[in-house]
Amino acid sequence: MDDIRFLDFEKDYLELKTKLDELKDMAVSKNIDMEDEIRGLEARVADFKAEKYQGLTAWQKYQMARHPDRPTTLDYIQALFEDFIELHGDRCFGDDPAVVGGLAWLEEMPVTIIGHQKGKDTKQNLERNFGCPSPEGFRKACRLMKQAEKFGRPLITFVDTQGAYPGVEAEERGQGWAIAQNLLLMSSLQVPTVSVIIGEGGSGGALALGVADRVLMLSYSVYAVISPQGCASILYRDARRANEVAEHLKMTAPELKALGLIDEVISEPLEGAHRDQESTYREVKARLLFNLRELKNQDVGELVEQRYERLRKIGIFNE
Amino acid sequence: MLDIFNRKQKKKYVTLPVHADDLSSLTVPAVKRCPRCGERTQQEDLNQNLKVCPRCEYHYPLSAGERVWMITDENSFEEFDAELAAADPLGFPGYAEKAAQAREETGLNEAVVTGRATINGYPVVLAVMDNRFMMGSMGSVVGEKVVRALERAGEERLPVIMLTASGGARMQEGMISLMQMAKTSAAVERFSRQGLLYIVVLTHPTTGGVTASFATLGDIILTEPGTMIGFAGPRVIEQTIGQKVPTGFQQAEFFLEHGMIDRIVHRREMKELLGKLVALHSTGG
Ligand SMILES: [Zn+2]
Repeated sequence: MDDIRFLDFEKDYLELKTKLDELKDMAVSKNIDMEDEIRGLEARVADFKAEKYQGLTAWQKYQMARHPDRPTTLDYIQALFEDFIELHGDRCFGDDPAVVGGLAWLEEMPVTIIGHQKGKDTKQNLERNFGCPSPEGFRKACRLMKQAEKFGRPLITFVDTQGAYPGVEAEERGQGWAIAQNLLLMSSLQVPTVSVIIGEGGSGGALALGVADRVLMLSYSVYAVISPQGCASILYRDARRANEVAEHLKMTAPELKALGLIDEVISEPLEGAHRDQESTYREVKARLLFNLRELKNQDVGELVEQRYERLRKIGIFNE
Repeated sequence: MLDIFNRKQKKKYVTLPVHADDLSSLTVPAVKRCPRCGERTQQEDLNQNLKVCPRCEYHYPLSAGERVWMITDENSFEEFDAELAAADPLGFPGYAEKAAQAREETGLNEAVVTGRATINGYPVVLAVMDNRFMMGSMGSVVGEKVVRALERAGEERLPVIMLTASGGARMQEGMISLMQMAKTSAAVERFSRQGLLYIVVLTHPTTGGVTASFATLGDIILTEPGTMIGFAGPRVIEQTIGQKVPTGFQQAEFFLEHGMIDRIVHRREMKELLGKLVALHSTGG
């Protein structure tokens, strides 16, 4: 348990769990019968866990979504697919490590996979630019999407970024232009497309990989137009009110499902995807297969038409 | 007379007067001081000069009404969907009040005005954003009006002239506003597929989600001198990554140099150039 990183709000749960472990150790080492005590504490731990994790606030989910141990795109690629072959570069300027892409088998289907790639520690994060794409990342994605279209391969994207990289070089190479091109392309790509929000969906940089026939979202993932801190700074000139603003932004999976902006919430283990990765992978794979097989049975022209109609209807206003 | 000037006559908001004697109703000071060179100019002279500083050519910001007036044939503008107004879909604190205040102050219902007009006799569909309305942010109404304008232009086989001015997505509508980026980009794709002309004029300032959607998808992208353009603004860059931005960064001239826009056009020449471009696309397609 030493190498598990707990969030602040999990500390009381961790303490209770540690107490249970100590009790069990003591029973073994001192060879005393403590079965009743252990069973009682186990029940308390289970209740505590259910209550704690079923009642997570938006701000707590935001922290879960950004947890450093949370599975990343490459983890999903390794666990769900076979023969992944990574392809590099935008054929214009460079290769952006904040976006990975390539080809693989998903069961019987050859697919194109593209996703944001965060690191798991400081070193990796520096290499991956914290998963924040530069224009080259979006343009690599654009290239691979067109390639998928050429060969009639379904496209799967994994979304996990705090946003497009805000830097001088990114701006000078047309960050806005690169994102817009992807939105335009994904809205009309002539192959089935499924997008999975696996962690943090941060604004335009997330959406640039997130337009699809089906948008699935892990239950503790978040997806927002602005970070709660950024929003709190603008609204209240106080980033510390982010926890409160997180509720207003309606950024959690169930809220977005209720608004009709995503299609499916994929349940993850109570303690989060990172605490039981195997069961998370099984669930995500099952939902991907289900959706892709369904989409593959439809005429692609109709799919694109439906994809447009869905985007066309988004918006609530007074007329 | 133009609908958008007429609609809220009682409001004292700043627009270019359609007639010189309307000047008396303006609430702006009679003398304007240029924020770039400090030159003081009589409001009347500034208006005569299309609100361009006579000394340094600084282009003062314009309202949507002024922009319509500037680039279309007199009395040719006919507004679409003027009644569309923001709802408050998330019950976001302060949003309803802020939107009501923006309506009051600008005399506009939303951050974009759309309609039909002629430019040198050529019919076009026009969309003009107004930065004074909640910083020109894009929520449901802006997304919907932009898409409807593109759809109508498609049906009537007219070119679209889009003048942008925006601080980005409207955070008070949460993910619904972010999705307007996808919605408008998808509509541009549909429109373009019909072989029709889509011209974008980036006006000061155009940033955030609008830059990353319909603003940068034009067949031709024009802008005025000194226009600030970008996805992440300088403050965001400096705060997030601690990088100091160079002088002139993200201005029109910077993006021309980096190959991101077609031309920088002086305000005085904008209408004529738009007319020529539309004419060049009027024979077929
Ligand atoms: Zn001046």
